[in-house]
Amino acid sequence: MIPAAFDYVRADSVDALLATLTEHGDEAKILAGGMSLLPLMKLRLAVPSVLVDAGRLDELRYVRDGGDHVAIGALTRHRDLETNALLAAECAVVRTVAAEVGDNQVRHRGTIGGSVAHGDAASDLPAVLLALDADFVIRGAEGERVVAATDFFKGFLETALAPDELLTEIRVPKSGPEGFSYQKFNRRAQDWAIVGSVAVRAGGTTRVGLVNMGAIPLRARGVEAALAGGAAVADAAQAAAEGTDPSADINASTEYRAHLARVLTRRALEAIA
Amino acid sequence: MQIAMTVNGGGQSHEVEPRTLLVQYLRESAGLTGTKVGCDTSSCGACTVLVDGESVKSCTMLAAQADGATVTTIEGLADGPNWHAVQQAFHEHHGLQCGYCTAGMIMAAVGFLDENPDPTDREVRLGLEGNLCRCTGYQNIVAAVLGAANTMKAAR
Ligand SMILES: Cc1cc2nc3c(=O)[nH]c(=O)nc-3n(C[C@H](O)[C@H](O)[C@H](O)COP(=O)(O)OP(=O)(O)OC[C@H]3O[C@@H](n4cnc5c(N)ncnc54)[C@H](O)[C@@H]3O)c2cc1C
Ligand code: FES
Ligand code: FES
Repeated sequence: MIPAAFDYVRADSVDALLATLTEHGDEAKILAGGMSLLPLMKLRLAVPSVLVDAGRLDELRYVRDGGDHVAIGALTRHRDLETNALLAAECAVVRTVAAEVGDNQVRHRGTIGGSVAHGDAASDLPAVLLALDADFVIRGAEGERVVAATDFFKGFLETALAPDELLTEIRVPKSGPEGFSYQKFNRRAQDWAIVGSVAVRAGGTTRVGLVNMGAIPLRARGVEAALAGGAAVADAAQAAAEGTDPSADINASTEYRAHLARVLTRRALEAIA
Repeated sequence: MQIAMTVNGGGQSHEVEPRTLLVQYLRESAGLTGTKVGCDTSSCGACTVLVDGESVKSCTMLAAQADGATVTTIEGLADGPNWHAVQQAFHEHHGLQCGYCTAGMIMAAVGFLDENPDPTDREVRLGLEGNLCRCTGYQNIVAAVLGAANTMKAAR
């Protein structure tokens, strides 16, 4: 399967990339690792006429100490996260979950920015960043803006990013080397989660993110409220599917997904209790 | 567009369409048909090659993305008549049957052992989870990779 023809532009700076996007509007697509976009282009579900390759923007490939947060460049690859010492010390949940994405080959190419911008509710990292209350730094022709993870995911594969904007940085509040658990349930190696649940305890509160329980990554607010109110873990986990809208597919019915959300959330909470 | 890369130590330069996949480039422009296409949907790993030393699925990468890179395919592993330790181990441990997955499996294993030279059985299985084999049941593949790790350790 070969993608439909397109013009290829390799961006050598963020400004050049933004200029290309401004010129071509929604005819253009950013290529990061290509792990989500190229399969869609091969199926011709995505047919951009201009592909702007951001893959060589090493200025956006970093993990830095930002004081109260860890700043991660959007072009940082899953493999970089998996092997990063700063993340291991200051926000180990991101490192651990990055290691759960796909397989080695996918992690060598795929980026955190691509995972976020793709906005797939079945992806691992978006739900984690949501649970961590991360901020996303976005650049466009008009300058820079910062969008909270809670405001970023809008609908099925739809985010706050405009077609002419670039996600440049992910800011993750420090949550330490432990106090988290990610429960990913799937039936095949290297696959996306049928359902996933991540629990993170930081600063005295516990937050829970859900993978593949609706059109967008979700927080299990009912669980968080129950825990804050002093409920026992097993009781709080019962609220995991509240307010979710999971799909039914070849892997699971909606009822089964709701069941998985409760069970996986209980396991995640027990692991950090 | 014109692209150039180093493949198995030699320079390659061709005029390609931007949509050319790396696997297509390697097989059709560079004439290196050792790299196979299995699923063509980034699932099976048969097309695995090393780009700047890291394993990638060449059916899910554009040749243009590898412009300027150093690429190693299965043809580039042996040193003259001497097989690479991983090739030798696949032979000795009978790590293949039909052989269709083998080029990708070996390239993934070479990349993996570079990142983790002393793996456990479990780590080998996780490290190769992007590579499917419909024949062997994986036991002998895992034995081969563990065997290769030992020979490579002894040689260091
Ligand atoms: C076999 C396989 C298994 C996988 N398994 C999993 C899994 O288990 N869990 C999981 O979470 N993911 C999985 N993935 C997807 C993987 O995580 C991708 O790396 C990720 O979804 C996209 O990152 P990318 O850099 O490859 O983005 P690309 O594919 O290059 O881009 C994806 C989308 O984001 C846009 N984009 C990319 N970067 C930016 C940016 N900086 N600013 C604005 N827009 C941008 C692109 O235009 C495109 O629309 C898998 C992929 C494969 C091929
Ligand atoms: S042919 Fe590339 S992963 Fe199967
Ligand atoms: S040996 Fe036949 S697919 Fe692996």
